[in-house]
Amino acid sequence: MRFPGPSAFKNFHLRDELMRRVVTPEIEAMIGRITKRTGSFGYDAWGYDENQVKVAAGIMKLLYERYFRVTAHGLENIPPDGRLLVVGNHSGQLPMDGVLVGYALLSNLHSPRAARAMIERFFPTVPFLGNLLNGLGAVIGDPLNCAKMLEAEETIIVFPEGIRGSGKPYRKRYQLQRFGNGFVHLAMNHKAPIVPVGIVGCEETMPSLGSIDPLAKLLGIPYVPLVPTLFPLPARVFLNFGKPIYFEGDVESEADVAERVETVKDEIRGLIGQGLAERTRIY
Amino acid sequence: MAAPSSRTRKSEPSKKTVLVTGAAGSLAKRVISRLHGRYKVIAVDFRRQVETDAGIPSYKVEIHKRGFEDIFREHKIDAVLHLGRIFAHESDRSRRYNANVLGTKRLLELSHKYGVGQVLIHSTYMVYGASPYNPALLDEDHPLKGSEATYDLIDSVEIEALATIYLWKHPELNVTILRPCNVLGPGVRNTMSVLLSRKLVPVLVGFSPMMQFLHVDDMAEALVLAFEKNKPGIYNVAPEDYVAYQVAVEQCGCGKLPIPSIPPALPKLWSRLLNWNAFFPPYMVNFFKYPVVIDGRLFRETFGWKPRRSLNDIFGYYRKQKSVGP
Repeated sequence: MRFPGPSAFKNFHLRDELMRRVVTPEIEAMIGRITKRTGSFGYDAWGYDENQVKVAAGIMKLLYERYFRVTAHGLENIPPDGRLLVVGNHSGQLPMDGVLVGYALLSNLHSPRAARAMIERFFPTVPFLGNLLNGLGAVIGDPLNCAKMLEAEETIIVFPEGIRGSGKPYRKRYQLQRFGNGFVHLAMNHKAPIVPVGIVGCEETMPSLGSIDPLAKLLGIPYVPLVPTLFPLPARVFLNFGKPIYFEGDVESEADVAERVETVKDEIRGLIGQGLAERTRIY
Repeated sequence: MAAPSSRTRKSEPSKKTVLVTGAAGSLAKRVISRLHGRYKVIAVDFRRQVETDAGIPSYKVEIHKRGFEDIFREHKIDAVLHLGRIFAHESDRSRRYNANVLGTKRLLELSHKYGVGQVLIHSTYMVYGASPYNPALLDEDHPLKGSEATYDLIDSVEIEALATIYLWKHPELNVTILRPCNVLGPGVRNTMSVLLSRKLVPVLVGFSPMMQFLHVDDMAEALVLAFEKNKPGIYNVAPEDYVAYQVAVEQCGCGKLPIPSIPPALPKLWSRLLNWNAFFPPYMVNFFKYPVVIDGRLFRETFGWKPRRSLNDIFGYYRKQKSVGP
């Protein structure tokens, strides 16, 4: 038996081969249906990179369909175009919920949207990760970014609980933490509809006993969860998207804004209830 | 001060007289050739007396020195296009500060004293400063944090501060400040252009910020338009197209020289030790790390301007330059 000479490998490029397997024609078609405007090299002003999104979509598809076995309802409530805020409950230590909602919107058969996510301000300082997240559409949560994105008719995923939600211990699962008011101001100032989403299952991907605060402080990150696993567990995830909510800008005080925040919070609470009711097995 | 290259008669009353500083630069040359004929152009540069077409008086003068005023005494100047600037690699810090900041101050004072009707200042997007906290599409009212990180951008920010003072204090000067993104193209000698002309270009490992590029011909057209339409104010000048730095480097046919980016002080140290001042100066390291993406909408809409050359046209020049050889 002869070993194959180097020429046998000449036409084999690992990177191309992986790309071919991840970016299937199906994924190409999915990204092709998105009407987002990009520049001559496939980028937008915030660093969204069409080619990178294709690769990520291929990987996210596996996570979404095989690993977390996501069931999504109400995707027909997503408007096909125009500015949009998708507002949900945050959980699970890692932002897997953002990734899954993002993929649900991207692969939505009714009207695919490339959604943007807001990330913590320390990410751009991390080599590779900062650019990677930008490439997928995530940007630092700056009010100017939100405003300009809505003016550019983009879809933004917002978790108004922020780290209060994602970093909370397992014993507080499915209890909504305090919501920031910013998203309602954005919705009113830019006349953007809000689609609420209730996310069930992500709480069980990384059950935490609490945060090791001194270590978090040392590392300069918001929290370090005390968890049994370092990777997310394969919990089944249920996403329930509600009907769009429109707010007029006729508020008299911040208390009026807070009232509208409560309206959205109640909607999300209801949608979480639906998800919990349809769930028969956690894993 | 050198004598003017051609003595001028009293100018015809129908033609406006335009003083252009930095005349030896590639951008100014293009602006002058577009203005020539329709206006009476006076070319000024601190570096050398510029060879100009017949009928264009040309001076070698340092604008922060006394002799500069003679030009205003000799000609009735209607407009000043201030494009001249000493780059960081062309001189030491104090000489550069004198020429850039005190020179601009002098220029504004003289413009006021001699009743100039319009002053255009060519600034830069770098006044915003490169920071990880920058949102994208910065508007003109965004804080100028360029000098926060480095002393080498102080002169750019101070020139703007001076021009802004004259903008509100002396509205009759019709001050217009343009902040373009990276201007590239044949003959351009700014840091980014020198960098992309090289065969091997430093990149920071793990960082590839979004950038905007403008062809020098498009910038020249923007300047002429801003001059002719005369709508004073502060404007970003940039296309609606974006590209990651490392992709731009590849597209320009450059090889990449990866520089470790952690700890943050390391790339600056490299740059200093290897004396990369001309193309990768320590004070610009953050611009290769974090994005400064500006929103050029106000300029595009106010002046009805749109760049005519694409990113590929711009990069094509640098690619070709390399395949032809030096």
